[in-house]
Parts: sequence; structure tokens; C-alpha cells
Amino acid sequence: MPVLQDIVVAIRSDGDIVAARQQGRSLATAIGFTATDATLIATAISELARNIVLYAGRGEVMIHSVEISLRKGIVIGARDSGPGIRNIEDVLRDGYSTSGGLGLGLPGVRRLMDEFAIESELGQGTMVTVKKWLR
Amino acid sequence: MEVPILKQGRFLIATIQAALSDADLLQLRRALIDKVIHFRSNGVIIDVTALDVMDSFATRTLRDITNMIRLRGADTVIVGIQPEVAFAMVQLGLTMEGVATALDLEEGLEHLQHRATGKS
Repeated sequence: MPVLQDIVVAIRSDGDIVAARQQGRSLATAIGFTATDATLIATAISELARNIVLYAGRGEVMIHSVEISLRKGIVIGARDSGPGIRNIEDVLRDGYSTSGGLGLGLPGVRRLMDEFAIESELGQGTMVTVKKWLR
Repeated sequence: MEVPILKQGRFLIATIQAALSDADLLQLRRALIDKVIHFRSNGVIIDVTALDVMDSFATRTLRDITNMIRLRGADTVIVGIQPEVAFAMVQLGLTMEGVATALDLEEGLEHLQHRATGKS
């Protein structure tokens, strides 16, 4: 079994979004996820990294494998030091957007993954953590 | 990564070869509109078989391209959306309403030819 290395991708521009989702897909495949699940994971990473570029300008995406009592999975953290989110419940609602985008970023990401957590503080930044488990 | 655009009679065929950044997608939009105007094309095929992910930005940009080209009186067909990519799009809540899609290049061409003969 190959050593699954933790990945940290600095997000500064739209080109980094592609790098993050490609590295995420490689790790997902190495963990044993199917091509379909790897695509769901890559799509979630793409949306999370895009939020960083759109709302915070810069941040990072951390991707690593996780194993808890025979359960294997992948964890993705997207962190920025941007303006933070005033009302988290609003951004988790379908159709909400503050940037004139499509307004389905975070609820969509939540549907793509198994677990979803968000922490945000005004003026401090935002951290979104998502997990998907191998079936 | 620039997307090559091939002229085939009155049609244009853009074949995406690898993952595209947002800037690449906007470049494709500009290049396609320019060429549709320049060649007075009446049909465009965008082959996305090699696209790894269709996220919100890619979907919106492809929809914008289709709408812009429609204003020039031409049709656009998106071909080659992979099954897993389609699955991810639906989970994410993305739709391609008003955008013609076809299984592959061959069926895309058939669709355009059908539309072209239907108009004349």
C-alpha cells in the first residue's frame, strides 16, 4: 500500500483550483474511491477552492486520508482568512449567493460529501471541512 | 491551455483536451464567439469528454456561450459529458436548461445537421 501523503494546496488564483481538485482526485483514487466518487470529491474541492478565490482572495485547501476503526475516508479542509460569513444559515440555503454567482456552492458541496462542517468568524476567516467515507 | 477550434463547413468544433481553469474557459468563450462571427457559422459543438469536472463556473460559462451564440442565430451542442461528471453536476444542483447536449461528436453533428435542414 502506498504512503498516502497529506496535501496542502495554496489557493491564490483560479489556476490553483484546478491543481487542488486534481491532487484531491489522485489521493481519492489512491485511497480506493471509485471513479464516480473521485469525481464527486474533485467537484467539491473545485467549489470550495473557488469560494476562497471569490470571497477571500487567498487561502489553502488541505486534503488527507483518514482511517477510524476500519473505516477509510478522505477529509478536505478549505481555510481562508477572509471577511468571514455573517449568517451561516443563509449560505447553507439553496439559492443564496452574495457574489452574483449561481448560489448553490455550499449546499451543493454538502450533497456531494458525507459530512460537512463550517466555522466562520467575521473579520477572521472561514474554515469548511468535508468528509467522504469509502463504501 | 488553449482549446483548439476546428472549422467544418458551417460548423465549428471545439475539443477540450484537459482540465480548464476559469481563465481558460473565458478564453474559450471569447474565441468561440469571435469565430462564430468571423465564419458566419450556424452550429457549434463543444466536446467536453476530457473535462475532469463540471463545477458551477464551467456550467455557467458553457450556458453563457450557448446563449451568446444563439443571439447570433446559431446552435450549440455540448457533447461528451461523462457519466460521473453528470452525476456530480446533478448532486451539486447544476442544470443545463436550454442547452442542447448529445452523447458524442457524431450525434452532435447529426443534431446540428438536422437543425440546419429544418431551418432551410
